[in-house]
Amino acid sequence: MAKQKTLREEFTKGIIKENPVLRLVLGTCPTLATTTSMESAIGMGISAAIVLVCSNIVISALRKVIPQKVRIPCYIVVIAAFVTIVQMLVKAFVPSLDEQLGVYLPLIVVNCIILGRAEAFAGKNSVVASAVDGLGMGIGFTVALIVISAVRELFGAGSLLGHALLPFPAMTIFVLAPGGFFVFGLVMACANKLAEMGGGKKAELGGCKACPMADTCQKLAKGDACEKEGKETVES
Amino acid sequence: MKIFFSILLTAILTNNYILSKFLGICPFLGVSKKLNTAVGMSAAVIFVMMLASAVTYPLNTFLENHDLGYLQTIVFILVIAALVQLVEIVLKKYIPALYASLGIYLPLITTNCAVLGVTILNIDSGYSFAHAMINSLGAGLGFMVAMVMFAGVRSRLESCQVPKFLQGLPITLIAASLTSLSFLGFTGLVENMFA
Repeated sequence: MAKQKTLREEFTKGIIKENPVLRLVLGTCPTLATTTSMESAIGMGISAAIVLVCSNIVISALRKVIPQKVRIPCYIVVIAAFVTIVQMLVKAFVPSLDEQLGVYLPLIVVNCIILGRAEAFAGKNSVVASAVDGLGMGIGFTVALIVISAVRELFGAGSLLGHALLPFPAMTIFVLAPGGFFVFGLVMACANKLAEMGGGKKAELGGCKACPMADTCQKLAKGDACEKEGKETVES
Repeated sequence: MKIFFSILLTAILTNNYILSKFLGICPFLGVSKKLNTAVGMSAAVIFVMMLASAVTYPLNTFLENHDLGYLQTIVFILVIAALVQLVEIVLKKYIPALYASLGIYLPLITTNCAVLGVTILNIDSGYSFAHAMINSLGAGLGFMVAMVMFAGVRSRLESCQVPKFLQGLPITLIAASLTSLSFLGFTGLVENMFA
């Protein structure tokens, strides 16, 4: 760990340079599903961030104990435990949020951001660095959700955080499923543009690089999905 | 009998797991580039969904009887992960032909939110065991319909002139938006059909 990045860099990279949603394209399911209103987006972002920080800390602390071969199941158990805790807390203290998030709350378990960070970062780095990384990624996730949900709620319901703002009738399609894909696509295009201006490169479905199942994906590479993904990255 | 068709069609068309519930978006965007991979992946998903529902449903009853309902999430994900491993081993040993075509997708399915989603939604919707199985079948078939359709859309998309700022992922998402829009057309279909 000689040339380790400073903690500050670990923190900020999750928010901008490696934003989990807009740059690494992870956790797309909750991104699309919970951005119908800003309230649920913020709730989702914070719940996922809490799980992310806690599981990063525990996994990083256990990284020398967990055998390499069974690490993914171990990570899943740790993550599932924290998700259950968050689920109980939300049910007890913010029942309205529990109703809004519904099935997506337990589904934080399979949010690829969390398993992805466990695999890519927490399993290899110190506890403090992992906690900071988790916090940065969690905030990045929340920020991306807030941006997308702001657009969807403003146009789809004519309000922000429940306060009516729009003088003309709202377009309900924005809060329905197609609007979710559409706004996510446009926000992604804007993020690409910003990244380009900042000298970065476009977001790709970098499944192979970012996702925890990269090893399996490599096996798929023979004439399958990931090879195509790779080609796409080279082309653009 | 009517209720079976109603549940099945709802899960396939009106409440499609990918296009209206946003479960399983990662494989939807990642593995839909070629038709044969899309079909292979969906077949594996259908198989695992049915199996996972069949196992988790009685397990949930057991948990609730022992006042352990809060363990649902952790138990379900572990059961699904173990089940996928087991299926992989069994297929490899006894049905190599099936393993050759599905095996590669199985590990990817462990972290597929559609599978965990369908098992939890089965419980939340208060389905009986038979209804839960039908719902899982419908969810899997819906997954396949969406994957196959989208694979077709994407192959057309590749030969299109796309404005520069939309190239790559943004246009894929917008195409998904239009596919999802077309499924909105099914709204009300099932209710009226079985009214």
